[in-house]
Amino acid sequence: MSQLLLDVNGLTMQFGGLVAVNKVNLTVKNRQIVSVIGPNGAGKTTVFNCLSGFYIPTAGSVMFKGKEIAGMKDFQISRQGLVRTFQHVRLFSNMTVIENMLVAQHRHLNTGLLSGLFKTPSYRRLEQEAMDRAIFWLKEVDLLDSANRESGNLSYGQQRRLEIARCMVTQPELLMLDEPAAGLNPNETKELDELIIKLRDEHEISILLIEHDMGLVMGISDHIYVIAQGTPLADGNADDIKNNPDVIKAYLGES
Amino acid sequence: MGKLYNAIFSAGIAFVLACLMIGVKLNTDGTTLKVTGATSEQWAWIIGGIALVFFSQLFADQIDSAFSKIPKPKVAHFIPEGDKMTQLKPWLLAGLFVCMVVWPFMVSRGSVDLATLALIYIMLGLGLNIVVGLAGLLDLGYVAFYAVGAYTYALLSQYFDMSFWVCLPISAGMAALFGFILGFPVLRLRGDYLAIVTLGFGEIIRILLNNWTAVTGGPNGISGIAKPALFGLEFTRRSKDGSPLFHDFFGIDYSSSYKVIFLYLIAVVLVAFVIFVINRLMRMPIGRAWEALREDEIACRSLGLNRTAIKLSAFTIGASTAGFAGSFFAARQGFISPESFTFIESAIILAIVVLGGMGSQVGVILAAIVMTILPELAREFSEYRMLLFGLTMVLMMRWRPQGLVPMKRPVLELK
Repeated sequence: MSQLLLDVNGLTMQFGGLVAVNKVNLTVKNRQIVSVIGPNGAGKTTVFNCLSGFYIPTAGSVMFKGKEIAGMKDFQISRQGLVRTFQHVRLFSNMTVIENMLVAQHRHLNTGLLSGLFKTPSYRRLEQEAMDRAIFWLKEVDLLDSANRESGNLSYGQQRRLEIARCMVTQPELLMLDEPAAGLNPNETKELDELIIKLRDEHEISILLIEHDMGLVMGISDHIYVIAQGTPLADGNADDIKNNPDVIKAYLGES
Repeated sequence: MGKLYNAIFSAGIAFVLACLMIGVKLNTDGTTLKVTGATSEQWAWIIGGIALVFFSQLFADQIDSAFSKIPKPKVAHFIPEGDKMTQLKPWLLAGLFVCMVVWPFMVSRGSVDLATLALIYIMLGLGLNIVVGLAGLLDLGYVAFYAVGAYTYALLSQYFDMSFWVCLPISAGMAALFGFILGFPVLRLRGDYLAIVTLGFGEIIRILLNNWTAVTGGPNGISGIAKPALFGLEFTRRSKDGSPLFHDFFGIDYSSSYKVIFLYLIAVVLVAFVIFVINRLMRMPIGRAWEALREDEIACRSLGLNRTAIKLSAFTIGASTAGFAGSFFAARQGFISPESFTFIESAIILAIVVLGGMGSQVGVILAAIVMTILPELAREFSEYRMLLFGLTMVLMMRWRPQGLVPMKRPVLELK
């Protein structure tokens, strides 16, 4: 059995009297694609916000690589190797594609003031490495031709891909994708599907996915969690979920 | 029909403006003000002008088509291709630098003095450009750091007799320290809130300088601040304490313009230094991080960027540039008082950044020159100076909100 990468226990998030997330348990193993599904407003994105440090969970523990990360600052969490994308694409839209890729590698670069001013050898080397990594990932998502375009001018599908590439240059171990297929056409969804599988198989990273596109979710997930109204409803592989009466009820209502 | 209406409207506006500005005059008559009309000759001019506006609007299309028949010179012909441009660039810069150095020996003392002032504003503009243009933090109290720099040098020179060259880095450091201290608590604020806090900070510094009479001399300011020396050679006519003099050393006659030219040359060197540093910074990881933070703070956080550290560095580096400019300002004037550091200074520096084009270095330099030299050229219209200033602002923001020379994104070479 492979090692647990992410282990979430009893995650609870309360906003005043409202319990947005109620005792959610979640595990992600190495090289696994895990999906979180649920009706709109079920609290999926809130779970993501808790995991990535944008919210500090009211209760529960989040162990990442055997280390408690609940309560850490957002930027510290992402430095641990847990990076996310957003439901609405968040690019640095006035900057070029390649600049977006370089900003993401900020912490891998030599940010010393003097070494940058004098362009010391170590600064140049790190800068070149960052550039190489950026180019590598742009090739992977097929955006190298647009490298010097402003990212805001890319098509929506390209922006989505750039956002994933931008996460990947930070060299994460767990990539959290928040509705990556939203707004994509069937063709682009298929490409995304292939990209996610490639990330797992070739680049050996784990993926935690929130998605509404059931075709995509059922096709690629190793494990699926269903959340409804903030509470865990079911989990299992695609077939388990498809045939679970509770899940059908939550999606379609009482019959 | 639309054209006629347009023409009448334009003529009407011209009429109102002309009547107010030229048609009526207020003259003091003893203790009272008397309104006098313009002479008939002036009225003729006004009516002529209005007619010109009316007909040029009415026949705008015809005039345009007549002009379009005149062949335009091909600009592309004169500006070399991109590759050649990058080859030529160091030479152009070197040429420009040589011109800057040789120029003061050929023109009047007044022009050199004015150029020095413009160079100070260039430094200030470039510094604020980091904070506002790149990092997107609206700072309305930038002049406070300028004041800190100026007073640091003035006080150190007055009380401890320290030389300009020693004080220059100390002043920059002090301003940076103030930037850091102010920045720490307030940088979690955003946009308008940050603007108000910095506005308050600017006022606090000014009022402090005004009231701390025992140290700063209050509204009387500090006078007799030592001028910079060239390797210990002073530029005064007679030596006060036996220190060597510039004209004695070189065996030339004394002339007060040496000092002015020397100050100008210092300013050129300082500006070149500031441009070099900021240019590098913009291309360094920290510079990219500033812009990224302006674009999307949440995305930055999700990518492991520490926003407090990044904002603080922008604020501190911007402040230190102002401190740099401030200490030079104190050295040049020889006298400073809180009067020099009012809110309008902050506003002018901000205007330079906005007019030049946020984030654009060339734009800011150009705007700083325009903003210091135009008011001097427009001395005869001194009453209308602020009016012209405001009008320029309105027109710029209406037709060219991105500034004189908008920022260009660096194109990175891909292997």
